[in-house]
Amino acid sequence: MSEVRASEANSAAPPAAGHWHSASHHRRLKRRYAADRRLRMLGLGAIGLAIGLLGILIVSLVYTGYVAFTQTRVELEFRIDPALVNPEDVRSGNFRSVVRQAIFEQFPEVTNRRQQTQLARLLSPGAEWIVRDYVVAHPEVIGQTIKLMVPVADPYDQLNKGILSRDVPESQRRLDDEAIGWFDTLKQRGLIHTTIAWELFVNADSRFPEMAGLAGAIAGSFLTLLVCFLLSFPLGIAAAVYLEEFAPKNRLTSLIEVNINNLAAVPSIVFGLLGLAVFLGFFGLPRSSPLVGGMVLSLMTLPTIIIATRATLKSVPPSIREAALGIGASQHQVILHHVLPLAMPGILTGTIIGLAQALGETAPLLLIGMNAFIPSVESIGFFEPATALPTQIYSWADSPERGFVARTSAAILVLLGFLIVMNAVAIYLRQKFERKWS
Amino acid sequence: MNEQFRTSDLSIAVSPHIGTRVSMQADAVKVRVRNVNAFYGEKQALKNVSMDIPARAVTALIGPSGCGKSTFLRCINRMNDTIPNARVTGDITIDGQNIFDPKLDVVQLRARVGMVFQKPNPFPKSIYENVAYGPRIHGLASNRAELDEIVMSSLEKAGLLKEVRDRLNDLGTGLSGGQQQRLCIARAIAVSPEVILMDEPCSALDPIATAKIEELIDELRENYCIVIVTHSMQQAARVSQRTAFFHLGELIEEGDTAEIFTNPRKMQTRDYITGRYG
Repeated sequence: MSEVRASEANSAAPPAAGHWHSASHHRRLKRRYAADRRLRMLGLGAIGLAIGLLGILIVSLVYTGYVAFTQTRVELEFRIDPALVNPEDVRSGNFRSVVRQAIFEQFPEVTNRRQQTQLARLLSPGAEWIVRDYVVAHPEVIGQTIKLMVPVADPYDQLNKGILSRDVPESQRRLDDEAIGWFDTLKQRGLIHTTIAWELFVNADSRFPEMAGLAGAIAGSFLTLLVCFLLSFPLGIAAAVYLEEFAPKNRLTSLIEVNINNLAAVPSIVFGLLGLAVFLGFFGLPRSSPLVGGMVLSLMTLPTIIIATRATLKSVPPSIREAALGIGASQHQVILHHVLPLAMPGILTGTIIGLAQALGETAPLLLIGMNAFIPSVESIGFFEPATALPTQIYSWADSPERGFVARTSAAILVLLGFLIVMNAVAIYLRQKFERKWS
Repeated sequence: MNEQFRTSDLSIAVSPHIGTRVSMQADAVKVRVRNVNAFYGEKQALKNVSMDIPARAVTALIGPSGCGKSTFLRCINRMNDTIPNARVTGDITIDGQNIFDPKLDVVQLRARVGMVFQKPNPFPKSIYENVAYGPRIHGLASNRAELDEIVMSSLEKAGLLKEVRDRLNDLGTGLSGGQQQRLCIARAIAVSPEVILMDEPCSALDPIATAKIEELIDELRENYCIVIVTHSMQQAARVSQRTAFFHLGELIEEGDTAEIFTNPRKMQTRDYITGRYG
């Protein structure tokens, strides 16, 4: 029991009457409200700035890239002349001539050799393969005339989309007046159509922008991420479980923890150099393969997974551990049966975020040569040269054709789309499972 | 000089078992504690504690906060081993077997000595799984039928079976506080322990749930040795046959509940019981 001293009694007395209504108090209150408002405005301003910058990025990407999602095509009649295409060996038929004939038929007045060559260039060089693939799939059309839509060559595609300007004097233009005239004629005949460019997603890379697609890059990125996941997920969880549950709290453990945290901040290009020197040089693994790409990326994702897993393990309530220990479970049983299942949502979130980061990494993949030119999707495998989305963007950004400018932006949008989807899945999983067990 | 305390000083309701003196014959002692000291780093939490805990009775540990009751309780099933800088010295034997023997499997010890915690902590699994987990990892059932039997009888003994019989697959964490604690008790008895340690099992529960648990403890004492830490002296008086009073890490006094609450020998005990402090 303590006695109440006189001084204590004074300080425990309420303030003088009228204090809460005085003018000075009102001023104090006003200042406090103003400070509250300022803080709120600062926060809003910061968010507004961030969203604004992000908006500028997205808008500029969409502005340059949306044209790549459509493709200008021309609808022509192709006579599959049996003299040119042998029914016994359809694949090696002279489809080039078939295609040339089809376009020449539209302009019978063009007889000059030089002009004919120019006219033939109105169509994409890939047109003959498109016709060939169709005839191979439908051999019964040999001897008949079929109507097909084939893409026009890139300069005409740009012309149709208005990117190639007609106002520039002829000598500075990519297409001369004659070429533009042919195109306009075809347009008047209603043979020009603008449709969705499925090639962008279905085709592999190509020299010709109208034929170039992301299929090879998407497949390469998928395989690379798969290798990365298979390597970093079990290793990361096991390392985190060891550090959190088994490791003695001594200097060596602290050293390991510090190093892992630092690894998370190392510039990614250093991992690329490591991959180049050790995986390619020393071990002699196949260059630019998804296997090596995945190994390099897993080095980068490991620290992220370890740190996320440790944080989740720490957040599992100790009451669950105590309950399990109290019933006579050994340490590994406590971890396997109780702690890890509870920690799984957090671990998955960390993994998805780590993988999403790995998806966008360019520098290490470039150093191990993973921007191979992949013209066909069949040659994708773990040990075959491949390309990945970010490196594909890098290659296309370097290309001179106008068509690749729009495609680069489109590819960036596709990559951003994948990243958004992966992060959304991570957030959804986290919310769904967090509510379940708490 | 022994002061004689008037019973009118003590307005505590004493246990109806006041006439039942628990005979402290040698073979009825379940847990023998000798010269136990416990340290958390530099701080000493238990100072030279020695006592005998009888089988088939409820022993209550009372005392003010921070006096070492929970630490003492956790020594008996070596739960203090899981705390990094905790150190325990001394001798504790259960049925003559030294629990600090390095050859002893501590995991098995914890199956023989069950624990119920202050805040009910069922596993975030189904009710069935909660109770079945212990028998499963200790191999107490060789097939599903036997496991069912163990689960049902444990829930029955804990007085929970009637309420959850038709929802055994519901999450254990979906039950009310009192039901969760009874589930934890069922979980503890499912592995057929010999000793049940309870660390303030009712402090997080409302009075009705508390009454149910106390009833349960009374039924359980016929088969198990129960040690209960409690802040409520009324509870200790209602539920236990032996009581030990701790203060600042020392065992001040220990004896039959009736004796402690009507005729305590030490002044500190008397002061605590009459509510002068703590």
